[in-house]
Amino acid sequence: MTATTEVSDTPVIKPGGAKEVRRAFSSRTASILIIVLTILWTIPTFGVFVTSFRPGHDVANSGWWEFFVHPKATWENYHTVLFVGGSGVTGGIIPYLVNSLVITIPATLISLTIAAMAAYCIAWIRFRGSDSIFFFIFALQVVPLQMSLIPLQRFYNLGAHIGTVPIFPALHLGQHHPIVQIWISHTMFALPLAVFLLHNFIAQLPRDLMEAARVDGANHFRIFRTIVLPLITPALASFAIFEFLWVWNDLLVALTFGGYNVKSTPVTARLQQMIGQYGANWQLLTAGAFVAIIIPLIVFFALQRFFVRGLLAGSVKG
Amino acid sequence: MAQVEYRHATRIYPGTSAPAVSALELEIQDGEFMVLVGPSGSGKSTALRMLAGLEAVDEGQIFIGDRDVTDVQPKDRDIAMVFQNYALYPHMTVAENIGFHLKIKKRPKAEIKQRVLEAAKLLDLEPYLDRKPARLSGGQRQRVAMGRAIVRQPQVFLMDEPLSNLDAKLRVATRTQIASLQRRLGVTTVYVTHDQVEAMTMGDRVAVLKDGILQQCDTPRALFDHPVNVFVAGFMGSPAMNLIELPVTEAGVSLSAAQIPLSPAQRAGVTGDKVTLGVRPEGWDIVSPAEGLVATVEVVEELGSDSYAYVTPKMEGFDDGRTIVVRAESGAHPPQKGEQIGLRPKTASVHLFDTTSGLRLSE
Repeated sequence: MTATTEVSDTPVIKPGGAKEVRRAFSSRTASILIIVLTILWTIPTFGVFVTSFRPGHDVANSGWWEFFVHPKATWENYHTVLFVGGSGVTGGIIPYLVNSLVITIPATLISLTIAAMAAYCIAWIRFRGSDSIFFFIFALQVVPLQMSLIPLQRFYNLGAHIGTVPIFPALHLGQHHPIVQIWISHTMFALPLAVFLLHNFIAQLPRDLMEAARVDGANHFRIFRTIVLPLITPALASFAIFEFLWVWNDLLVALTFGGYNVKSTPVTARLQQMIGQYGANWQLLTAGAFVAIIIPLIVFFALQRFFVRGLLAGSVKG
Repeated sequence: MAQVEYRHATRIYPGTSAPAVSALELEIQDGEFMVLVGPSGSGKSTALRMLAGLEAVDEGQIFIGDRDVTDVQPKDRDIAMVFQNYALYPHMTVAENIGFHLKIKKRPKAEIKQRVLEAAKLLDLEPYLDRKPARLSGGQRQRVAMGRAIVRQPQVFLMDEPLSNLDAKLRVATRTQIASLQRRLGVTTVYVTHDQVEAMTMGDRVAVLKDGILQQCDTPRALFDHPVNVFVAGFMGSPAMNLIELPVTEAGVSLSAAQIPLSPAQRAGVTGDKVTLGVRPEGWDIVSPAEGLVATVEVVEELGSDSYAYVTPKMEGFDDGRTIVVRAESGAHPPQKGEQIGLRPKTASVHLFDTTSGLRLSE
């Protein structure tokens, strides 16, 4: 079997289109254009990186490019961010990084698990109204997250009522388990897109494969676990990265449902504090940002290897 | 092992009015190799999928053994199915593919290994047990799909055109392998194909379907010798039977010089004023133009052992574009292109059908 036929087995990429795109991108002008774009794109990040090594006084008085004229570097910023604190907060950034991980990893896993199961149900279990449910979930993406913050907060604190009849009890999680509230909220916000993306991926698996498994004696849960999950790892990995970055970089949801609290505040909220009330501590923010970037980078490179093409090769004759 | 019975089984796809399978009545004996054959859209695959439980039964019942399985889930029917495109699990090795059912049934590891190995030996798959399906050839994949069915020791094998993705040579070889394997294992088998040669060569009995309706179910020989209607007559056999519509006269039917008398029973079966004469290519005698139906040879197909002549008869009421296929006697001097010959049907090879109803006029 040649490489091209293996490409054709993947559900997402059509061989002809991919080849043409690849050819178009490998031309000389395209390469030069891409290099220029990449440099332009990287300059701000590079500026932040340089700033993070400059003393506070320099940062306040001159632009980062001045560093190359008057080089003066220091570890001071990183030291302050990691171990000392500042801007009215004592202690380093580490607990907040841990908070971020404690928020992000479960939020990603929970939404991914629920979304994959929901997507399988909608795609492969025939029941009345499955299409309507799918469109409804898809349509939910239209609702802006910001609009639902206050209703959601009320729901957590007061429960849901019709008139005076309670239909869902108040959870009262805010007091002792703010992180659980954040998990649930992130899961809710992630589900519409996650279900939509995974549904499209799962629905394209060959029907015969599902039927073969059913005849072989597998129930739906078994099919989901042993057939569907292994075959959609690329989709799972890409959505995991996507959701991880989204939750990791989130400030709004975490602050709304967790507040400033050393037990639940993520690193983003800490960075926001770090700059100080009057925005004076730029140099600390840049150093903190670079510390906070490390973990998403690790996640990205760890999950990248799951982007495998041709997982379906050899299953059904195409 | 068990017998299978369709009782009035009907499947109507949602949104369509005509049933895909209409009131199918079919009994398949224990250990029998039953072939369902028909053109595309005839409902043969649907009938098989109904037996597998992958398609709902809208009316009627299906029995496996003494058990009514009409509303039983596929996984509880104790059947094994081979799909047209094999449907192998691409992320599992050959051994895992074959052992998937046993693993689900929570058989002990040693037993799984043992049974997978036995199935692999039977199908010459031993060297490939650790490979993924992507690294197998088409024929090997097909054998893995077979292995997945065999290892289960099911009550019934279901095969949905398992050979249609193989090249012609491999198909003929695998055809024989499957048939002999089935005889050896003695498992009741229902086999779907659109290829009438496969149907004739493999089946103990063959059921011919058209538009969801069972036309005839009998042994290959009986189907060939006594087709019940024009459709079966034209479908079974290659090249197909020549069907010629002729008017009925007092004496019977006349084809040029040849007179074919009708028996009283046959005459009673004629509903219109025409009958359809069916003669297979090998049922003609080639005579001199004066002695039979005069025809001009258009094309001669030389197959080595046989040669087939496609001829245009000089006859009123015969469409211009159509030809009659005649097999030239082996050894004899084959007719040449452009030559004029005479045709006369052999008495024993004449099939008569009522043109209006299409039904066979039996003596």
